[in-house]
Parts: sequence; structure tokens; C-alpha cells
Amino acid sequence: MLLKDEVELLSRVSLFQGMQPSQLKLLAFTSKRLTFEQGDMLFMQNDPGDAAYVVLSGKAEVVIKSHDREVVLATLEKNAIIGEIAILCDVPRTAGVRAATRLETLCIEKEHMLKLIKEFPSMATALMQVLAERLANTTAALSECRSELSTLRGA
Amino acid sequence: MQDSNILRFTWRHSRKAQIYILFIVLASMPTYFLSLDLPKQIVNGPILGQGFEEPGAAQKFLHLKFSFFGFEFNLFDGIDLQRMQMLFALSGMFLTLIIINGLFKYYINTYKGRLGERMLRRIRFELVDKLLRFPVRHFRRVKSSEIASMVKDEVEPIGGFMGDAFVQPLFLGGQAMTAMAFILVQNLWLGLIALSMISVQFVIIPRLRRHLIRLGKERQITARQLAGRVGEIVEGINHVHVNDTSHYERADVSSRLAKIFYIRYELFQRKFFTKFLNNLLAQLTPFLFYVIGGYFALQGKIDVGQLVAVIAAYKDLPSPIKELIDWDQQRLDVQVKFAQVVEQFDVDSMLDESQQSLPGGPVPPLAFPVEVNNVVVSDDAGNTLLNRARLTIEKGQRIAVLGSSNSGADVLADTLVRLHVPDSGQVTFGGTDMFELNESFLGRRIGYSSGDVFLPQGTLRDSLLYALKHQPVAEREYSGPDQLARQSFIAEARETANSDLDFDADWLNFGHDVDPGERSYAVHRLLVGVLDACGLRDDVFTLGLRGKVDPELNPGFAERVLSARAILRQRMDELKLSGLIELFDPDTYANQATVGENLLFGTPVGDTFQPHNLMSNAYLHGILVKSGLEEMLVEKGIELAETTIGLFQDLPPDHELFNQLTFMDGERLPRYQALMRKVKQSGTASLAEDERSMLVELMFEYIEPQHRMGLVDADLKQKVLAARAAFKAELPEELREAISFYDPDNYNSAASVMDNLLMGRVTYGMARGPERVSDTVLSLLQELGLVDDVLGIGLEFDVGSGGKRLSSAQRQKVGLGRAIIKQPDLLVLNRVIGALDPRQQAAVVNDVMRLVNAQEDPPTVIWVLTNASLASHFDTVCMVAEGKVVEFGNREQLAEKKGAYAKLLEG
Repeated sequence: MLLKDEVELLSRVSLFQGMQPSQLKLLAFTSKRLTFEQGDMLFMQNDPGDAAYVVLSGKAEVVIKSHDREVVLATLEKNAIIGEIAILCDVPRTAGVRAATRLETLCIEKEHMLKLIKEFPSMATALMQVLAERLANTTAALSECRSELSTLRGA
Repeated sequence: MQDSNILRFTWRHSRKAQIYILFIVLASMPTYFLSLDLPKQIVNGPILGQGFEEPGAAQKFLHLKFSFFGFEFNLFDGIDLQRMQMLFALSGMFLTLIIINGLFKYYINTYKGRLGERMLRRIRFELVDKLLRFPVRHFRRVKSSEIASMVKDEVEPIGGFMGDAFVQPLFLGGQAMTAMAFILVQNLWLGLIALSMISVQFVIIPRLRRHLIRLGKERQITARQLAGRVGEIVEGINHVHVNDTSHYERADVSSRLAKIFYIRYELFQRKFFTKFLNNLLAQLTPFLFYVIGGYFALQGKIDVGQLVAVIAAYKDLPSPIKELIDWDQQRLDVQVKFAQVVEQFDVDSMLDESQQSLPGGPVPPLAFPVEVNNVVVSDDAGNTLLNRARLTIEKGQRIAVLGSSNSGADVLADTLVRLHVPDSGQVTFGGTDMFELNESFLGRRIGYSSGDVFLPQGTLRDSLLYALKHQPVAEREYSGPDQLARQSFIAEARETANSDLDFDADWLNFGHDVDPGERSYAVHRLLVGVLDACGLRDDVFTLGLRGKVDPELNPGFAERVLSARAILRQRMDELKLSGLIELFDPDTYANQATVGENLLFGTPVGDTFQPHNLMSNAYLHGILVKSGLEEMLVEKGIELAETTIGLFQDLPPDHELFNQLTFMDGERLPRYQALMRKVKQSGTASLAEDERSMLVELMFEYIEPQHRMGLVDADLKQKVLAARAAFKAELPEELREAISFYDPDNYNSAASVMDNLLMGRVTYGMARGPERVSDTVLSLLQELGLVDDVLGIGLEFDVGSGGKRLSSAQRQKVGLGRAIIKQPDLLVLNRVIGALDPRQQAAVVNDVMRLVNAQEDPPTVIWVLTNASLASHFDTVCMVAEGKVVEFGNREQLAEKKGAYAKLLEG
């Protein structure tokens, strides 16, 4: 897969929608290609977050450990972005991620991402819009949940 | 050097040689006088015809006679020669005398030169010898570079003078007197004129020069201080950078240079004025000769031949006189320098020579108990560091010394190895005051290290074994010319009171009881044991993998690396890890390597084929053009440059993201932008050769899997492979040494051990790829028993000036290694591993104690710890506070008592 394909792919990732093509190119170029064999951990739960990954091919599983049992929360496929919160703020990984098959990713390091944002404020605006949209969605979902909950309680 | 008078010093150390050379100088005088007299004879005799008035007249040639109390002795009757014959005979004799004079001069100069060099050698050695006996305290006040500049530069002219100290004045004085006497004999008046002018010179010139001496002294001191400052800048360069004080340093140096400049300028002014005056006086005399001598000659009071001879003799007179004055000047100058240096090296309470005398036999073990009796130590400022400290150390104790950083705990440790001199109280070993003990006891029976380790440049092995080099353990055998050279070395060394110990002898005080064939193995085991205990093994192993080996010097190792290479490939296959390495194959394009590496397919040796020099190499350029690769790389280079410019043009040139870009940096980007504009306007054909090269160079650094621009296609690969083959096949003789080609079946001496094991590249972008590869390599090397060899290569690592190529933690570990490698009776360790992280510190303390305990006669240990929790490895605890030992005893018992140690444990 060439740089331009990666750019194409990144443009489909919701987080990066709204970014200029030239910024996406630079983002792709400064990211590195990282391949995991089946079973390799991308990162463990509670690890400090230092990078986000975009799946180029293969499948990844999000796993958490609860009471010594492993629970697979979700399976991610091509175009999915993994651990994006980590590159925007300092939080430990909330879950672990494992390669379910041979997994090709584009690894976006937090350090590089922050440098790019610093250089291109428009990138920050674009990111903010996406995050705000997500927040709006989450808030809407939350209030829907709340109203359903109160309906249930009221019943 | 008790003597600061240079003439006395010289006389004392070179009396015989000086007297001998004086005789030679005297012996040279008669011929010199004769050569002055001959011109007169030639002019008056054959040329003007004196004694040849009648045709066919003959004169005696070489008629030697002298009179003694009225008796005439005829030594040789001489030969009758006619006028023409006489001319040739006398001229021939003149030539002979000139040659003899020249030979005398040559011999005398060589002899004097050697004499001077010997004296210089003596002085330098004596200075260094004193340096080695300076009290430790003195080094807190002196700058190393100032001392170095004294030993190296300042004494240099002194040595040169010493050769001339007595000979020069005699030789020149003799010459001047001969010439003077000659002139006086010829004509009293002319002689008196010359004499009076010379007296004027002798009186005036030294007066003028008195200032020069003062200035010379100032110049010496300021120059020395400059050397000291430059040394300080070098040693403290990191502090200059982190504090942004480079301008402050520049200003300092500039003001010092200004001072030196003005001193020197004044010096020159006075010097050349003196020279001018001197020359004037010298030239005045011939003027008087011409006027007065000419007058007498016209009057017929002296003959013309006499006048010619006087003038000829006078021509020779000013130069000895001038040189004589120079000599005196030099004497004063050098006397000042010598006194200066002697004063600097005249230090109080220097170690007596007997304290460093070589012991005749093995050094007996250290006597216990070690007692510290009411020892008071204070620093230069008068602060009390140890205040009546008392301590008794019994043989076999393991003592952890604990105390805060200014408690005096480290001073206590340093006092035990004589690095502090007590103001009062004493330290005794088995009842003997430590200052009565020879340094060999302390240096061989006590192992010491502190956290502050200085390593002279050399290999890691040398650094560790340094602690075992006390004196030669065996003479080195020499034969043939080497033996003669060695004998000459000994003779010269004794002549100049230098050390005649053989630096190339076997100094290693270890394993000489082992069978010679197994000694190097024993030394290796010793070193590896120390590496293990000091936590240096991993460091040295990594250095070893990065090291280079000459297969000709170590054929067995290269062979085994080659077989390891084969097994590694198999192993990677079995473990399904083969995707992690891309192997080098002469017939395949290596995707993980740059285009340039693929082209050369070898390791550059020296500068010729380093990436930045590739395009300026005519041979390589020719290959590229011929194969059509140049054309292609220019095209691809344009594409690469365009894409890169597109990516990065919005970033400032110093942006950190440029670090990501391996083939271009922010500074060069504008040049490529200009290039691209040119291509757009006038087409590729318009590019000059160096512009094309810029584009090719860009492509040389390109790696497809890393940069992912799709520039390496099948066509390019094929062309690169063809060029690679051509490059190797046609490589001219003189370039063969500049590259070592990759060869899957051979050892590449220019590449590291690791590169030789892989003979390929770790694949880019495989998660945990490099770790997995190195884990596999390590376990393979262990199985094959190659770890020791790799450690051996790592031990050959050059630690750099002051050990600066090692980290501070590594230096501390080496210091610790030096202390334990001696297998001492007493081990004194003073906050020795403070630069290590706590986990490593615990491991090192544990491993060192285990190694030490495993020894046949385990040493007594005193370890000043930075971390109280490490005390669990020791049976005894010594608590130090405010310069006193406040608690001392069994660790477990102290932990029970409610004392300082128990408090420390509670935290």
C-alpha cells in the first residue's frame, strides 16, 4: 500500500474528516507502518497511551480483563481507528487490543500528532468539530437513556 | 629540583659532557685562527707578489717552526713553491680549513643538541615524577591543562638553552677573542676602535633588554592561564551549552588574548628597537675602519693586505658578539622560566620517593585491625569534615557505612586510602601509621573506587586491568635490533634519570602462576566475572555486537559467526520469524535498504563511499551514467522531491517533523524548491550535472517500505542490480580498500558482528521485530558458546577521552570493577554506583558481595551506601553523622536498638 492509498484511507476515518488533503498526507507520511502477527498485543489495558492505530488490513479485537476473565468487547476491521483518545489526552488505555489475524496498521504517534496540530490550527478545528459531534451524539444518547430509565422507573 | 638556578642545575647534571665539549671547542680554535690569517697571506704573497719579486722566485710552503727559549725547532722544512703554485696551494689550504671548521661546527652542534635534549628529557621526567608525588590536596588548586602546558611547552626552550649553557659563551667568546686578538695584532688602533664599540654594545644592549625579561615572564604566565582556561572550557563544555554561556567564555578568551597581544606587541617593539640599535653599532665599526683604516693605508702606515684582513676578521666579529649578547639574553629569559616552573612544582609535603619505591618481592597482606583514632580532617576552607572520628575494623567484617551527603561518611572512606591527610589523629593498619606504609600496600592490597571515575583513553579491557599494573611481572625478551634498541633505551634513560622500566613488558599482575597457554583465558574469566558482578555484562555484550572484528586476526571467530549466520536463518524459519529479516543476496534487490546501499552492496571503509561523497566519486558516477541508472534516478528524484516539497513546504525549516525525513532536511528544502522551478520552466534537460546529482542523492537515501511513494519498481530494481554488478566487477585497484562487499558466504570485516550475524536487515514496520531478532540472536549465541567472544570484542571498545564514550553509570561500574579485580584484602567503596537506578544498585551490591564472598580469602568490605535498604547485604553497620561515627555494630542488633540506624530503617 502506497502513501497515497493511506491518505485515501485516512480521509475516510471520521476523526480526520474535515482535514486538508495536504495535512492528511503529512500525517500519513509521519506515521509508520506497523504489522502485527496474529495474537500480538498492540497494547495492554492500563498501558500509557502513546499512539493511535488505523487498521489497513486484518482484524483486531478489543479485550478487557474483568475478574481474571478476558472479554472481547469488539472486533475492528479495515478503516477503524484504535486508541485515538490516547493521542489527544493523557489517559491510560481503557482496554487492550490484540491482532486477531495478521494485522497491518498505520501507527500515528501522539508526539507527531500534537506537533501537527500545533502547526496547523485548522486541523485542531476540524478535530474539534468531529469530537463535538461525537459529544453531541453521546449526550443525546445519554439523555435518551436517562429518559428511558426514568420511564422504566416510573412504570 | 632544589636548584632554581639554571646554570648550576645544568652544571650538576651534565658536567662531564660540558667539559668534553669545551675541549672540542678549544680544539677547533687553531684552525679557526689559521683560516682568518690565510686571506692575508694569499693577498700579500701570491697576489701582491710579496717575496716573489724576482722571476722564478720560490717560497717555502708549510714551513713549520716554533721558537722555545731562543732555540729554534724546525718541524718541517716545507716545500719550495713558485708564485702561481703558492696561490693554488694556499687557496687549497684555505678550502681545507673551511671544511675542517665546518666539520667542527657540525659535531659541536649535534653534541650540544643531544645534550640539550637529554636535559629537557630529565626536566620533563622530573616534573612528572614530582606530579606523581604531589599531595592529593594540591590537585584541587591546579588546572590540569596549566600543568600540561608547563611540562610540554614551557620547559622546551629551557632544554634548548641547556645544550648551549656553557659551550655557547665559550665558543662565541673564543671566536670573538680570536678575531679581536687578530685585529689587535694587525693594528692596535683599529683593534681598539672595535673593542670600544663592542663594549658599548655590551653595556647598552642588556639594559634595553631588561624590560624584555619582565614582559617575557608576563607572557609566559598569561599564556599558561589561557591554556588552563581552554582546558576548563573543554572539560565543562556541557555546562557552557546548558547555561548559554558561550559568549561569556568567548569574551573571557578574547580579553585574555588581548592581554597576550599587547604584551607581545610591546615585546616586539622593544625587541626590534634593540635589534636596530645593535645593528647600528655593529655597522658603525666597519665605517670607522674604512675611514680610519683607509686613511692609514693611504698614509702607508698599514698595508692594504692588513686592512683587508682586519675587515674580513671584523666581518666575523659582530656575529659572535651578537650571539653572545643573545646568549646572555636567553640565559636571563630561560632562568625566569625555569625558576617559574620550579616554583610551581615545589609543593609542600610531597610524598617521599621511598613511599613509591618498587617492592622487591610480593607485597605482604594488609595487617588488621584497621584503626581510625580520633581523626580530624578539614577542607581548604577550614570546615571540619571529620571530627575526632573513631573506628576499628576487624578482618572479615562487611561494613555498610550510612550517612547523609555531608555527614562525613565519604570523607571517612577517602581517609582510609590516604586521599585525605588528617590534621590530627591517625589511621593505623595493624598498628602501623598508614603514612609510613609504602604506596604499594595501599595500591595493591586495598581496592577503592568512588562515584567519580576518570578513565584515560583506551579500551574497556585496559580500563579494567589498569588496577593490576603496578610493576612489570616479567622482563620482555628482545633479540636482534630490538635488543639493541632496548639497551640504548636503558642507557639513555639512566643518563637522564628517567624510569628504565619497560612499558611494553608484561605488567599484568595476575595469573603468572597459571600455565602461559591458559593465561589469556584466565584473564578473560577474571574480566567476565567482574563484568557480571558490576552489572556490565549486558553493556559490554551490546558493545561487542556493535564492534568490528578483523577475520585475519581472529579467523576462528569469523568462522563461527558464519556458521551462526546459517543456523540463525534456519532458526528464524523454524520460529516462523523469517519475515523479520530480509537477507542480503547479491542477485536480489534488498527492499529494506536504501537505493544507495543496494547499489554499493557493501560497507564503506573510510570516507570515499560514504553517502554524502557518492556522487562526487567519478568511478561511481561513470557506472551510473553508463547503466542508464543516473537518468532514471534523476526522474525518480524529481518525483520524490516534488512529493516531499508538497508534504513539507508549509512547515518552518527547523520543524521537528523534518527529523522523520531521512533524505532531506529543512535547510535543503528551498534548494530543491528552486530546482523544481527550474525543471518546470525549462525541462529536465536544462539541469546541470551537480543539480542532477542532487536529485540522485535524494534517491540514494530512499527506502520503499519506509517512505512508501512507489518509486522503487521492477525496472529500477533491475537497473540497480546491473549497476551493482558492474560497480563491483570494474572497481579499480585503488578503490578496492574503500569498500567491503556484502557476501552471504563470507565475513565482512568492515561491518559489525551483529550485521555479520544477520547479513540482512530487520524488516521495517514489524511490531516488536528488532526485539524478537535480538532475543533470537542472543539465545543462539549462548547455545553456540559465542557469548564470551562477543564480550571479548566488547572489551576492546574504546572508552574515549576521560571515558566519555561510556555513560556515567557505565563509568561507575568500570570504577567498581577496577576495585574488585585486584582481589584486595580491603575493599573501600565510596558511593560507588550512585548513577545507577535503585533496582540496578540492589543487583550490583548483591552480585559484588557474592563474588567477593566466593573468593578464597574474602576481603573486608567497607561500603558507603547511598541507600539504607542495601545494608541487608552487610553484617555490620557504621552510622556517620556530623563527622563522627555515631553508631557501629552488628546490623541486626542495631536494628533492635532504638538508635540512628533503627530510625533510618523506619524512614
